[in-house]
Amino acid sequence: MRYLPLTPADRAEMLASIGVTSIDDLFADVPPAARRAGLVDLPLAQGEIEVERALSRMAAKNTAAGAVPFFIGGGAYRHHVPAAVDHLIQRGEFLTSYTPYQPELAQGTLQALFEFQTQVALLTGMEVANASLYDGATACAEAVAMAHRITRRGKTMLSGGLHPHYREVCETYAQFSGVEVVALDPAPGAVENIDIDSDTACVVVQNPDFFGELRDLSALAARCHQQGTLLVVAVTEIVSLGAVKPPGAMGADIVAAEGQGIGNALNFGGPYVGLFAAREQHVRQMPGRLAGQTVDADGKRGWVLTLSTREQHIRREKATSNICTNSGLCALAFTIHLALLGEAGFARLARLNHAAACNLADRLAAVPGVRLVNDSFFNEFALRLPIPAADVVAALAAKGVLGGVAASRFYPERDDLADLLLVTATETTADEDIDIYAKTLAEVLR
Amino acid sequence: MPTLRFTTDHEWVRLDGDNAVIGITDYAQQQLGDIVYVELPSPGGRVEAGKEAAVVESAKAASEVYAPVSGEVVAVNGAIADDPAKVNADPMGDGWFLIVKLDDPKALDAMMDETAYQKFVAEQG
Amino acid sequence: MTGWSQALGAHPAAAGDAPTLSGNRGLQLEEPLIFEQDSPGHSGVDLPPPPAHKSRLDGLERHEVIGLPGLSEPQVVRHFTRLSQKNYAIDSGLYPLGSCTMKHNPRLNEKMARLPGFADIHPLQPISTIQGALELIDTLTHWLKTLTGMPAVALSPAAGAHGELCGMMTIRAALTAQGDARQRILVPESAHGTNPATAAACGYAIDAIPNNARGRVDLAALKAKLGSDVAALMLTNPNTCGLFEDEVLEIAAAVHAAGAFFYCDGANFNAIVGRVRPADLGIDALHLNLHKTFSTPHGGGGPGSGPVALALALAPHAPLPWIVHGDNDLALVEHAEGAAEDTIGRLKGFHGQMGMFVRALSYMMSHGADGLRQVAEDAVLNANYLRVRLSDALSQSYPGTCMHEVLFDDRFLKDTGITTLDFAKALIDEGFHPMTMYFPLVVHGALLIEPTETESKASLDQFADTINGLAARAKSGDVASFHAAPRFTPRRRLDETGAARKPLLRWRPEEPQKEAAE
Repeated sequence: MRYLPLTPADRAEMLASIGVTSIDDLFADVPPAARRAGLVDLPLAQGEIEVERALSRMAAKNTAAGAVPFFIGGGAYRHHVPAAVDHLIQRGEFLTSYTPYQPELAQGTLQALFEFQTQVALLTGMEVANASLYDGATACAEAVAMAHRITRRGKTMLSGGLHPHYREVCETYAQFSGVEVVALDPAPGAVENIDIDSDTACVVVQNPDFFGELRDLSALAARCHQQGTLLVVAVTEIVSLGAVKPPGAMGADIVAAEGQGIGNALNFGGPYVGLFAAREQHVRQMPGRLAGQTVDADGKRGWVLTLSTREQHIRREKATSNICTNSGLCALAFTIHLALLGEAGFARLARLNHAAACNLADRLAAVPGVRLVNDSFFNEFALRLPIPAADVVAALAAKGVLGGVAASRFYPERDDLADLLLVTATETTADEDIDIYAKTLAEVLR
Repeated sequence: MPTLRFTTDHEWVRLDGDNAVIGITDYAQQQLGDIVYVELPSPGGRVEAGKEAAVVESAKAASEVYAPVSGEVVAVNGAIADDPAKVNADPMGDGWFLIVKLDDPKALDAMMDETAYQKFVAEQG
Repeated sequence: MTGWSQALGAHPAAAGDAPTLSGNRGLQLEEPLIFEQDSPGHSGVDLPPPPAHKSRLDGLERHEVIGLPGLSEPQVVRHFTRLSQKNYAIDSGLYPLGSCTMKHNPRLNEKMARLPGFADIHPLQPISTIQGALELIDTLTHWLKTLTGMPAVALSPAAGAHGELCGMMTIRAALTAQGDARQRILVPESAHGTNPATAAACGYAIDAIPNNARGRVDLAALKAKLGSDVAALMLTNPNTCGLFEDEVLEIAAAVHAAGAFFYCDGANFNAIVGRVRPADLGIDALHLNLHKTFSTPHGGGGPGSGPVALALALAPHAPLPWIVHGDNDLALVEHAEGAAEDTIGRLKGFHGQMGMFVRALSYMMSHGADGLRQVAEDAVLNANYLRVRLSDALSQSYPGTCMHEVLFDDRFLKDTGITTLDFAKALIDEGFHPMTMYFPLVVHGALLIEPTETESKASLDQFADTINGLAARAKSGDVASFHAAPRFTPRRRLDETGAARKPLLRWRPEEPQKEAAE
């Protein structure tokens, strides 16, 4: 078997060295009732040719986003990743290395994480960022937990514009940690009034929100801070920060974001990369890994994991979180992609997204019966349709267009959202695709 | 000589009128290694004997500092919050943690004295 | 209180190591931060100018400079190539980290994960356009059910610790649904830190159970601590000392008799895959680490994937989404309705770590039932071979047969003035990544060695020879060389105290310095 170096001769020699006659002797501690004599009921070993054939067959049953006009967002965004990124993350020293617990053997990983933390802090306009969490939704739940640790208050208010998955994950975590979570109803296009009182640990809003709307959060931040409440801002489309005022400049205390849009493919939902940034004064309450700068015995600059006493392997039940991994390779892909883009490239990328979305919005709003909901948007917006959006999505798909995601997929019980469609354009959206979409939508709605 | 007592968790407490000055012992700071951070309670709060009063961290370990006595916190040592190395350098003096107004002025009487504590430490091996 | 002092080796580099002009040393190349290589206005990506458009950003344009450096592609490729060269990896050499299972990461997995039909599909596409993705997940589920013997598998947790959280949440949900909410979780004192951290995150109090003299959970102590307020036992099996809990059937019986659930941390599944099914041990919930047993790459710290196998009593509470078989096709259940009405809810955005599912299934299909059984056997064989080669020079904590990893402690270093840490740093100079140090906490100065099945006998022999040589050197009194180690790495020992006292967690541009008045 190609991945197993030991030969039968090796095994025999090693068993003899150990002083046993058979490998079964080394499993003697397993109670006889639990020992399986034969093989489990699964196919036998296969070579690359067979495995490739079987998996390629499964992959071929999926419609790749790049193969059709594609307009789906809803928390995961299709951006172009330069070829160099994937080559670099597949270098064995990055791909097959472990958590950098032995810093002398891991300066590559540690320096890259330090660069990542800096990039995340710069993008979000915050003072400090960690070395990543699993994804935006779990980062949001961790932000809520952190706010409760800091304020020692019992209640969290979730904006109705928060991505439903983020809300659901916060609710699941809260159910078990004892925090009270109050989730406002989604109200696209309406002004939201969030109650804040002396028991509110934090308010969680998203910008751009789930329906794509942009808001100045400064007034909300001021209201929060008057009450000693923290403002948590979620960002699901990280590329928006190339064109939109960052949460840190609007008074956010914690930012929980999804970094997938930079460096990482859609991958059917994972692995993604949770970005987490906060104020310096709260750094000891932050979950997750932190890479810190220091010097070595010769006085040379280097990096180590630091403030580890917050983490589970030291603090155990008093840790800030139970998290053990970060999203290392995805964070590296993010760092490399953003290093390639640079200030000018990232800003241009964001403007291209916005320009494509403006074009798309104008073309679709011109289709009879279609109404644009948003006053503002970055690259994603909501449309009201004359028939249920879910039916439109299915009809478009049947005609070879992946036209967006119906709000009813997230909110099946809300009749007031049944006609709402979320549509996204990115720098990968060609003018021809927009033409096809507008034509096809008109057909479907006729 | 002001009354000086010790706990099996390696805290020391020194009587100062109605107040008790509290810190960690030389053995404790050696075990922890270089101290990087201390978390102190707020003045005006209360501590209860046997319950967590402060936290002391090295790069690789975190330990609770338990209050040896109960009372109101009248002062905490901001100097060690700014420069935790003071705890390593002078654990019995400048490296003090907090001062507590004793609920019970006789609370120290039943505690281990220095001789008993040294014997206890020697038995730790 | 525990801890140790770091004695930074302040010894100068070996004589003959003259400084170079460039600061580089052969293939060891110094590399600054990207922020220190900024060409303002430059970019390594050519993008077309945006077409004219009327801004819909409603006055919320970003006017603030972000502060990102501009570099060309050659500079970026060189930068990250140089960084990679400062890392040790499985591809470089033996990585004997106990309980991490640092096995070879097959490159076929990477090729399969990058098929556009897997990598370029959006989680919210219409179900009819991603049937192949659901089929892959369903197939993986089938493999995991068969290997564990358990009736259900929850695939959404993003990592092992996330899987622990999932498993414990289903346990708490099941007990609450029975009207029997309990408060306490029993955890062996040898447990990995994620176990008590997870229990606390679920709102439980933790009660530690001591090990017995044989390195296993003390059954009598466990039985004494069981009661009607115990929700579950969290056990790792094989345990963190590398030993199979041979009283596991009695343990399971006692836990169940008390009305509690049996959670198993499956981090060490590599020792028993294909030879033992967790269901046969009485386990109710078990998380697996696809990045350990099933070879998905560690990536410098992640991403992982932590599916949880569940017994029938816990399956109704599995997190969303569920994949179910319809009449003709596969469907996604994304809401708490119908059969999923008792779910604990969602633990993560979207559906789970699909990229890791593809890699793990590629690995499983490559090995097959026969290959996977051979994996466990070779893993246990390799660890026992190291055990016998090392146990003269080192002090094995629990003498006798081990499973896939072997535990030593620092008794062999007694009176040498050399710590486990010093020993590990000397190993670095010999070209090996150190074993797991100072874990588990139940022995002093632990050294936990897991070679995995993908090491050749020659690799093990070289490692054993080196360890034995270092042990001899330690006992001969050569303290200085251990305290000075490592000397041959791009950086020597780093000041972790300073890093924690004055955390510097991001780059900042330097303030312009004022000239000092003379």
